[in-house]
This record gives sequence, structure tokens and C-alpha cells, in this order.
Amino acid sequence: MGAVWSVFAKEFLENLRDRRTVMTALLLGPLFGPIFFSVMLQLSLDRTRVGADEIIQLPTINGAAAPNLLAYLQAQHIRIVPMDHDSTGRQELQVADRSESARQLIAQRTARLVLEIPAGYGASIEAGRPAAVRLYADSSRTGDERYAARVSAVLERYAQQIAMQRLTLRGVDPQLLAPVVVQRVDVSTPASRSLLVLGMMSFFMVLSMLTGGMYLAIDTTVGERERGTLEPLLATPAPRGQLVLGKMLATCAYMLLSLTLSTSALCIALGRIDLEQFGMSANLGPGTAIRIIAVMAPLIPLLAALMTLIAAWTRSAREAQAWLGILQLVPSVPLVFASLLNLAPRLALMPVPSLSQHFLVTQLLRAEPLDGLWLAASAGSTLLLGALLLVPVMRLYGSERVLG
Amino acid sequence: MIEARELRKRFGRVDALDGVSFVAPDARITGLLGPNGAGKSTTLRILYATLAADSGTACVDGDVVSVANTALRRRVGVLPHNAGLYPTLTARENIEYFARLCGLARAAARRRASELIELMDLQDIAARRAKGFSQGQKIRTALARALVHSPRNLILDEPTNGLDVPAVRKLRALLLRLREQGHCILFSSHVMQEVGMLCDEAVVIAAGRVVACGTPEALRQRTQAASFEDAFVALTGDTGENG
Repeated sequence: MGAVWSVFAKEFLENLRDRRTVMTALLLGPLFGPIFFSVMLQLSLDRTRVGADEIIQLPTINGAAAPNLLAYLQAQHIRIVPMDHDSTGRQELQVADRSESARQLIAQRTARLVLEIPAGYGASIEAGRPAAVRLYADSSRTGDERYAARVSAVLERYAQQIAMQRLTLRGVDPQLLAPVVVQRVDVSTPASRSLLVLGMMSFFMVLSMLTGGMYLAIDTTVGERERGTLEPLLATPAPRGQLVLGKMLATCAYMLLSLTLSTSALCIALGRIDLEQFGMSANLGPGTAIRIIAVMAPLIPLLAALMTLIAAWTRSAREAQAWLGILQLVPSVPLVFASLLNLAPRLALMPVPSLSQHFLVTQLLRAEPLDGLWLAASAGSTLLLGALLLVPVMRLYGSERVLG
Repeated sequence: MIEARELRKRFGRVDALDGVSFVAPDARITGLLGPNGAGKSTTLRILYATLAADSGTACVDGDVVSVANTALRRRVGVLPHNAGLYPTLTARENIEYFARLCGLARAAARRRASELIELMDLQDIAARRAKGFSQGQKIRTALARALVHSPRNLILDEPTNGLDVPAVRKLRALLLRLREQGHCILFSSHVMQEVGMLCDEAVVIAAGRVVACGTPEALRQRTQAASFEDAFVALTGDTGENG
């Protein structure tokens, strides 16, 4: 088996000397990916937090017609900005221009929302008829939607309050209007809630494994053929099976390196985000990182064999790159099916590579205990598939097809 | 001794080899001579087992060559077309890597590489990466690599390709020395003068068939040509003048 280690050492060293490749494979993917990911997460979390206690500016047209309503809104952290003059600020707005003026304010992005109190508001309220108020907003601006939602909720509460007063005045119990009350009980724990975001982690790790090993898988097979070094290599007395094994081991080593880097980087980067603050918690200690790597590791030989087989079978390094680009989507197929069919983790699904690793990593992040049988089924079947893939790889290297 | 017996090989619809037979004896330099596309490289590849013949047998020292016969490959050193060095490895690393693949232990591989670096006059480039080597430096390094396991038989595919005159002379001196040590040397070329000067025996191959063999002088006399080059043209029937 001496040739296996000689080939492994040489391929490992040769790839390490190619600094650009090492930089892209090991730095760009596994290190910048998690940083980018956590910055995005932080930003999206910041936005939801700001919504809850931010004071909303609400330009209001003809506010003088509804003093009670405005007082109520102001008590709810909504600041009323009177808008009773045209854009020059001198002339008072005509009734006919009010709607047009509100639309303009939003179109010019000077306001997110505009409230218009129509002329007949006071009369309708007094008469006990439905009184319309108009809330202008642009629903295509996703960021503004939650402001509109908050203001409408406040307006609805105000309406309800008036309704209750009216009913009470007429001697009717307001409770009659609420025959059924829905009480939603959220049973998610902080850890499970954070999974909405962290569920992507397993996919991200598979991706970083693939990019970590892709260059070597191409370089040691079709790349070596293109440079004309494969022929003398195959003419040496070393058995071809050992040559292939050495090459695949080197690919595996870089994949493991990439996986370790990306997992550590993700755990550190996400650990810096204060997830608890948002009612989430991610279980991201070094112990979890090591367990995640151990759960994902059986995928390495399988993916390395798959990449080696495809790369050795193609005619050129360019073609190999195209095929391996497509291959990056393959591990996500089981995940997509699982989420479409709403599959829950169970023993019968554990032999499916990629899917089982996704479930197990998710469990680790939830801080749930892992079932030994599930672990064995996942690792066993993934490793077995990897070993089976060795058969066509060896057959390809035993034939002259490998020389193109 | 290297022997080809009735080698046939088809690539798709093209008959690359159509029954090639010859013998390259020990302590002789045998030149495989032919125009481009005659089947020289295909013949050599079958002899060092990276291609399999459709029919016929390739033998080295009387044993049949095959992918599985790794023991036999210990007796063959190969210099492939264009040298085939790893550009990111140094000359020494290229040699040591192949020494390890031939089963030498680390210390033995290092010793053997040092010997060959001296033999091939590679001291000044031993620690340099092969990327910027001249053609002559490449061929000498690749030849050192081919000799790493002291094989009795040497197969060289176009070793003089792209070499300048001093480099060709250096190579010739080296091959003559190896011949004196009793090695069997088989090389291919399409340059007549070289074959005429370098080899003891010439095997002329055209369109996948052996059209003549013998010493360069005998071939010249047989065709009654003034030079070996004219003899080659007469034998292969390819004047190169009518396209």
C-alpha cells in the first residue's frame, strides 16, 4: 500500500503549492461564507427588532377633523405630522387634491404612510355610521409593509373601543360580538425557533465540502491527463488501484479541511450574534462543532468518489468543471424533497445520504440527543455507497479510457 | 528484450496498427521510425501497457505485458511523449516521487535521486520547479525518472523532439553508455538523421505496418538511396511533396 501514501503526499503538497486554488477553495468558501451568512442574519434580525418599538411618523391630511383618533394614535408611539398645505407650504390643500397629494408623498418617498381623514368623518361618527379613513401605503415596498400593518392594527383597536362604548351605551354586552376566541399557543422552544435560519447550515457545509475537494478531484484526474503526466504515472509499477486511492484520499483530506474550517467559522460567526435576544438560541459550542463534523464526515468519501468518477470520465478539465458545478446541486435534492413533502426525521430515512446528515445536524443544533441506531444507519449507508462507487472508479482507471 | 508480435489496434474506424511485429534485443539501440501518424506512439503505449492491443502480444523479457502485470513494469523504464513532468514539483521531487512509486523506501529514493541527478548532469536544476525547464532539461529529468528503478529495458517516445544539437549529443552519449551496460533501448523518432546516427537497428513503420527493418546502412543499400533520408522516403512511399 506504499504507493497510496506516496500519491497522497504528492497530491496534497502539489495542491498546497497552488496558492490561488487553496485561497479560493479554503478561504473564500468556508471562511467568508459563514461571515457573509451571519452578517445577513444579523441584518434581518435587526430589522424585525426595530419594528416593535420604533416611533412611526404618520403624515396626516385633515387631521383636525378627528382629534380623538389622533390622540389615540399618538399614545401608541405614532407621531402625527399634519399635512394640510401643498408642497410649497403656503396654500392650504383643496379637498379635491388631498388624495393626489397623499399619493405623491409616497411616490416621492418622503413618507412611508399617509393617513387621510375624509371630510365626512366627524358627521359619520356622530351618526353612528361606518366612518372611512384612508391609509395610503405602497405594498410593493416590502420594508414598509410592517409599518402599515402596525398603524392599521392601532386603528382597528380604536374602532373596537368605539364599538364597545356604543354597545355598552345601548345596554348590549360587547362580549356577544366575540362568540369564538382563538388562542394560539406557540410550543416552539428558542432552539427550535432558530432552526428556521440555521436549517441552511447542513446544506452550506455540504457545499463547502464539495468546493474544497473539487479542484483536486479535477486536477488529479483529467488535469493530470491534460498535462501529459498521467501516462508516465500509469506506466510505473505501482498498481493502479493504489494510485486512485491515493488521489481520492488527497481529495478527501481537502474536503475534511474545508468542512472543519466552515463548521468552525459558522459556529464562531453565529456565536457572535446575540440570538437569545430574539428568543432563539443556537447550540454552537466547540463540542457541537466537533459532533457536526463527525456526522457530516461520512459524506466525504462518497462525494470524493463521485467527483473523481465524473472528472476522470470527462474529456477535459473544462467539461469536468461544468459537470461538478451541476453536482453541487445534487446534495440539495433530498433536502428539497424533504421540505416539499414535509418529511419528519425517522429511522427509515436515515439511509438517505445528505438528508440523514441534514436531520442529524438539525438535531444537534436543537440540542436534542442523537439516537445511536440513526447515527449508525446514516454513517453506514453513506460509507457503503461511497465504497460501491469505488468499483466504477477502479474499473475506469483499469481501462485505457482513462487516458482519454 | 522487447518484442511486438502481430499487434493490431483500432480507434473507431481507423486501423492504427495493422499487424506490427519486431524485436528490440538487449544491448542494442533500436529506433522505431515512421512519419507522423504511422503508429509509433500507439506501438510504444501498448509495449508499456497504457493501451491494450486488440490482438497480438507485447512481450518484455519473454513475459506478456498487461495492466495487471506490475512486476513486469519494474523491468521497463518509460519516457513518454513530451516528458510529462509535474510542473509544480522540482526535478528532484519528480524523480523521488517515481522512485517511491517504484517501491523504494524514502532514504533509498533520496539516494537514487542523487545518483541520477549526477548521472544526468542535473545539479543546477535539481531544486528548481519543472515549470520553467528548457526542453533539454525536461527530457534529461524525465530520463532520470525513467531510470529510477534501474530497469533493464527503456522505451523512449520521441526523446530528441525539440532538442538542440548539444542536447542531442548529450542524450546520444548517455544512450550509448546505457547500451554498453547491456540495456535494451527502444526509441521512436520521425527525424531520419537522428535515427541514422543513434540506432543500431531501425524498424520503419508506415500506416500501421512494419515496412522494413535492419541496420540504417543495410536499409540505405537495400533501397539504393544516397542517404538514409531518401531510403526512408522510398520505404514509406511518402515523399511529402504531393500533400
